Amino acid sequence: MEEERHTEAKIGAETGRGSSPRGPGCSLRHFACEQNLLSRPDGSASFLQGVAEKNRERLIRNTCEAVVLGTLHPRTSITVVLQVVSDAGSLLACCLNAACMALVDAGVPMRALFCGVTCALDSDGTLVLDPTSKREKEARAVLTFALDNVERKLLMSSTKGLFSDAELQQCLAAAQAASQHVFRFYRESLQRRYSKS
Amino acid sequence: MSKVRWRNRRAGEERRRRRRAGGKMAAGFKTVEPLEYYRRFLKENCRPDGRELGEFRTTTVNIGSISTADGSALVKLGNTTVICGVKAEFAAPPTDAPDKGYVVPNVDLPPLCSSRFRSGPPGEEAQVASQFIADVIENSQIIQKEDLCISPGKLAWVLYCDLICLDYDGNILDACTFALLAALKNVQLPEVTINGETALAEVNLKKKSYLNIRTHPVATSFAVFDDTLLIVDPTGEEEHLATGTLTIVMDEEGKLCCLHKPGGSGLTGAKLQDCMSRAVTRHKEVKKLMDEVIKSIKPK
Repeated sequence: MEEERHTEAKIGAETGRGSSPRGPGCSLRHFACEQNLLSRPDGSASFLQGVAEKNRERLIRNTCEAVVLGTLHPRTSITVVLQVVSDAGSLLACCLNAACMALVDAGVPMRALFCGVTCALDSDGTLVLDPTSKREKEARAVLTFALDNVERKLLMSSTKGLFSDAELQQCLAAAQAASQHVFRFYRESLQRRYSKS
Repeated sequence: MSKVRWRNRRAGEERRRRRRAGGKMAAGFKTVEPLEYYRRFLKENCRPDGRELGEFRTTTVNIGSISTADGSALVKLGNTTVICGVKAEFAAPPTDAPDKGYVVPNVDLPPLCSSRFRSGPPGEEAQVASQFIADVIENSQIIQKEDLCISPGKLAWVLYCDLICLDYDGNILDACTFALLAALKNVQLPEVTINGETALAEVNLKKKSYLNIRTHPVATSFAVFDDTLLIVDPTGEEEHLATGTLTIVMDEEGKLCCLHKPGGSGLTGAKLQDCMSRAVTRHKEVKKLMDEVIKSIKPK
C-alpha cells in the first residue's frame, strides 16, 4: 500500500498573502507541489487556444528540450501536459516549476533541474519577485527567467515592457538568489516523498 | 595530336581532377559531419563564409520601392531578404481605448523563401516571428498609438504591416525588425478632417505627413554553440547546428524592449553582458545606415 504523501497542493492558488518569508530578502509567495498526481506519467490530449498559450508552450518545450537527455530514449515522445488550476500571476514560472517536477516524478533523465522565476519592475524601478496578476498589469516591465540548478545559468527568458541593462542584471541576480529557495524546496519535497516509500 | 600537346592535356586534366577531388572531400565531410566541419572553423575564430564571430553580414536597405503601399522597405542581411509593406486604413478605435489606433504586424514565411516551409496556414516559425514583432512594437512604443487617432471614439488609423520573407538564410528576426522600422519611417499618412455637417471623413491626399517615430528598436541575434561559444547573425545552416539562440532588441538609449531566449543552452551573466555590448554597437551601425538612406530619398 503506497502511502500517498502530498506536500500541500496549491499550484498557483491565491493565498492572500503579499509575501511569504522563505528567507531573508526573498519575497516569493507560498508554493507547494503534489507528486504522483496522475497514475500514468504520460499525458494525452492538450487543448490550446490562442497565440499566448502557443507561445508559452513553445518556451516550456524549448526549456525542457535543453535539459532532458533525449539521446538516452531514442524514438520516444515525452508529452508534458499542464493544466492551469488557477492563475494568480507568474503563470509561466509556475508552469516551468510544475513541468520540472513532473519530469522528475516520471523519472526522465535530465542534465539539470530548472525553475522559473518572475520579476516585475514598477515605474519607479522597484523590483518585485513573484508578482500577483494585479502587480503584473501595473508593472512597467515583467521578466520571466528559467534557471538551471547546476550553475544558475539562464536557460530561457521572456520579457514584456521596457527596461535598462542595469535593471536586467539586477533582476537576473535577484532571480538567481530566489531560485536557490525553489531548488531547496524541490530537494526537501523529494526527500520527504522518497523517505516514506 | 603531337606528343607534347597530348602530355600537356593529360597534365591539365590531372590537375583539374585533383582539385575537384579536394573540393569534393571538403563537401563530403561537410555533409557527413556538419558539426565537426563547423568546429574546425570555430577553433580558428572564424566561420565558413569568412566572417569573424562578432561580424554581421552585409546589410542593404531599400526604402519606398512599393508605390501602392503607404510605406515599404526591403532589407537584405546577406542572403536573408525581407520586404515590409505598410497599408493604412480606417477603423473604429477599440472600445476600451477610444483614443488609440492599431498597428497590426504579420510575418509571412512562404514556401518561396525556403524548402522547409509548406503552403497553407502559417507554421510555428511564422507565428513566433509575428508575435515577436507585435511584442517589439508594443514594448518599444515605436509609435504612440494616440497619434493614430483621428476622431476619438469614431475614427482611427490602423496600420497593417505585412512582412514577407523572400529568401530565408537565418536571422529572420533581425531582418524583420529592421524592415519594419524602415517601412514605418517611410509611411506618409494623408490629412483627414471630419466634415462637421455630414460627419464623413475627408481625405486630403495632397497633404501628407510622416509618422512620428519615437524610438528606433534594433534587434541583434546570437546563436549558442556547444554551450559556450556565441556567434552573431547566424546563417540558416548555423541556426540548424546551434544549441540555442538569443535575440536582444535595444533602442537608442540602451533600453531593452525584448530579451528573447526561447530555451536552449544556458548563458551566464557575463556572456549576457558581452551580448549587450555587441547589441549597442549594432544599434549604432543600423542607425547610421538608416539615416543615410532616409537622407538619400528625394522629398516628394
